[in-house]
Amino acid sequence: MKRFLIPLALFLFLVLILALGLRLDPHEIPSPLINKPAPNFLLSQLHAPDVTVSPQDMKGQVWLLNVWASWCESCRQEHALLMDLSSQHLVTIIGLNYKDTRLNGINALRELGNPYQLSAFDADGRVGIDFGVYGVPETFLIDKNGVIRYKQIGVLTPEVIKEKLIPLIAKLNNA
Amino acid sequence: MRSLIILIICVVFATAHAQSSDQNLDQRTMRLAAEMRCLVCQNQTLADSNAPLANDLKKELREKLASGMTDQQVIDFMVQRYGDFVLYKPPLQANTWLLWFGPFLLLVGGLLFLILKIRQRQAEEAP
Repeated sequence: MKRFLIPLALFLFLVLILALGLRLDPHEIPSPLINKPAPNFLLSQLHAPDVTVSPQDMKGQVWLLNVWASWCESCRQEHALLMDLSSQHLVTIIGLNYKDTRLNGINALRELGNPYQLSAFDADGRVGIDFGVYGVPETFLIDKNGVIRYKQIGVLTPEVIKEKLIPLIAKLNNA
Repeated sequence: MRSLIILIICVVFATAHAQSSDQNLDQRTMRLAAEMRCLVCQNQTLADSNAPLANDLKKELREKLASGMTDQQVIDFMVQRYGDFVLYKPPLQANTWLLWFGPFLLLVGGLLFLILKIRQRQAEEAP
């Protein structure tokens, strides 16, 4: 009986490791940009083609950069949450309209409501590449000095907003 | 007439040269893309993938190379944005030692175990 004990223990150990592995989400790639300055860009605004926007404009305030597109189905899921967050006036929300057309982007916001103070218009996705975007939606929380403090890959959830974003925003605002 | 011929020859050579440097650029782009992981379809390289983001990134790689960046500079550019994950072959560094040497550790451990067991058994069998 005793001779089975070690193989059994090894087997259980293996099961444990594999079970842990199954719970990891391989789609979530840790961003090397956390705690690094947000990449700079100069883009035109979605609603105002001749006005530009740059992260420099947001220096001195904590802000969210939400990468979205009208063709992105899961962006619609988090849209209501962004509307809600924007109505609380806790943080400046800037959109990055990613690989979209102006018309579709503007229409989507007209239809669903606009949670963004403004949206930057990234037609060819270049700025997206600089931010390491690979799955829309993605959301970056950027502090007063322009450093990225948090990145959400995929859809925001009420839990993420309540338990991660809001406390972090409060902390960064006091910093 | 003569200057026309010279002009034609020049144009032919210039385009031939442009074509060969274009091909060269394509080859370098593909070689780099074959070393990088597609972020969307994770078990494909950028070279193999036709995902929109993969095509964008290939375009980006090509433009970076065309602008005179070395292969290593382009690789660094990608790693800065997407992390080590973007490299299909994980780099050899402190946090990947287990990944690289783990199999050999297991092999050595197994061999040691085997040798011990055999010796033990031999000692038991010998009266």
